[in-house]
Amino acid sequence: MEPISGMPAVIAMAAKNLGIFTLVILVVAYATYAERRVSAFIQDRRGPNRVGPFGLLQPIADGIKNILKEETLPATASRLFFVLAPIMVLVPSLVTFAVIPIAAPLPTPWGVVDMIIADVPIGILYVLAFSSLAVYGVVLGGWASNNKYAFLGGLRASAQMVSYEVSLGLSLIAVLMLAGNVTLTEVVWQQQQLGMWYAFPLSLAFILFVISAFAETNRLPFDMPEAESELVTGYHTEYSAMKFSAFMISEFGHMVTASALMATLFLGGWDLPGAWDNAFWYNGQLISGFAANGDPILANPAAWKTLLTFAGFAAKTGFFLLLYIWIRWTLPRFRYDQVMALGWKVMLPTSLGYLMLVAMTILVLDEVGLHFGFLYGLVLTLVSGAASVACVFFLDRGRTIAGAAATASQKVEIKTIPTAVASVHAPGRH
Amino acid sequence: MAISVKVMQRPEPESTSYLRAALSGMALTFKHMVNPAKVTQQYPEEMTELSPRWRGTHVMEQHADGRPKCVACGLCPTVCPANCIRLVGGEDDQGNRYPIVYEIDEFRCIFCGMCQEVCPVEAIHVGRHFENAEYTRDRFVYDLDRLMEQDHPSTLLWDPSDPSSE
Repeated sequence: MEPISGMPAVIAMAAKNLGIFTLVILVVAYATYAERRVSAFIQDRRGPNRVGPFGLLQPIADGIKNILKEETLPATASRLFFVLAPIMVLVPSLVTFAVIPIAAPLPTPWGVVDMIIADVPIGILYVLAFSSLAVYGVVLGGWASNNKYAFLGGLRASAQMVSYEVSLGLSLIAVLMLAGNVTLTEVVWQQQQLGMWYAFPLSLAFILFVISAFAETNRLPFDMPEAESELVTGYHTEYSAMKFSAFMISEFGHMVTASALMATLFLGGWDLPGAWDNAFWYNGQLISGFAANGDPILANPAAWKTLLTFAGFAAKTGFFLLLYIWIRWTLPRFRYDQVMALGWKVMLPTSLGYLMLVAMTILVLDEVGLHFGFLYGLVLTLVSGAASVACVFFLDRGRTIAGAAATASQKVEIKTIPTAVASVHAPGRH
Repeated sequence: MAISVKVMQRPEPESTSYLRAALSGMALTFKHMVNPAKVTQQYPEEMTELSPRWRGTHVMEQHADGRPKCVACGLCPTVCPANCIRLVGGEDDQGNRYPIVYEIDEFRCIFCGMCQEVCPVEAIHVGRHFENAEYTRDRFVYDLDRLMEQDHPSTLLWDPSDPSSE
């Protein structure tokens, strides 16, 4: 089957753009709904259930409310940057989705359409670049508000996002070493070839990536930039109406993108178990794998395969979205110094050490001449599993995030008798 | 009774695991998430059972011919601690006193129920009712007609079969 070309390709591209972005915005809207419903269920409440059946029209009601609300501009705010900041947060959170493949290629009468907006060769680098850009909007919003809480939120955001970007990138390198390429379609293809999703052979990288992704999206337990109990709402304290809404949309947009990215990198993207859905462009041909003698086997794309793989992708992304919400309503916020300590003293050395380990294992496996397949992945799974267990065993014993008991020895004994009472009863004082 | 303080035994830091504690916390929240028993009361559909002693919006009792039972004696505006009752009494040609103006400001009212207790003819009552939202503030001053229109039951502090609590 030939890839789509010419005028139909342009139309297909426009349709994909429109479709995927509409989908992302819709998922973002319903992620806010899901957050409110799931948080309610966790707290034994019911959540919004009035607008439409099961409250399903609640996001639309919220949108209308936010548009109709008054836009306020603080008198001392820097007008240009104050308006610019929400845009600078919103755009990077949504454009990242362009390089994530969402389903198996779709055959049409005019050729095969890839279910990805832009299969750019720089793939993951594009994702990293744009996710780093988002912090500018947060810092700018905090600074332009001319509000101390907003400013502190912005400062924290920059410190946190810079810290965790390091371990995010380092845990990604393990994936790139195994996949040998940075395009996300290739990452999915390599997972199909390996016969297992990278969450298993690279389990520690998966754990580190999930933790870093939580920090990058400013979600609890890492929501330092908008710590409500300390900073009002942090960097968007001064924002109202649709500008505030833009910050909210971008937060959930980041969540959706990060979930899709985790699903793609570690849970096989749109890949479903079995070789029936494998598809990859190889020398201009859509192949599903290689025969024993190295000849490519042509793939047989079908519309039902596209639909089914898309359902798989949506389920994986949905799982991570649920995990985000679930964790948010379970874990308390870290203290600021705990966040920094975790980022620099634990995540960074761990990801560096793990990177070395994976590199060595891959080198050894290649030297031995093991075929890139299930056994190859199994060896890596064992090595990574041992590393994960060791990591948890050595790092997670009151050293990483210490509770109140860990600081008990440093506590000063507080005298229980108030000084005024004590002075009255103290003999010979007068 | 003395107040007792429960001292929590915290584990030693060497034996605490953040990850394990986090996972057990997530198991707990998951249990609540899938638990169908919810505490939310679906208000307009599910009403709270009001206490029989509940004192809410006033009701003016009326005779069978639609006249208010009030004889404009002036005891309720006198006893009212919030000073929310305005009464202007009149007298008809048979010498019966009746209220020309009888207004209760439900905003000022503290729902103590003393107007009901002091009333010699059991005319004014506080009722078992609380939903009196309005769009404007002046709608909260209930005049005589409106007080007579109230059809909710009056508080069970007053027993209609034993009107003078004897």
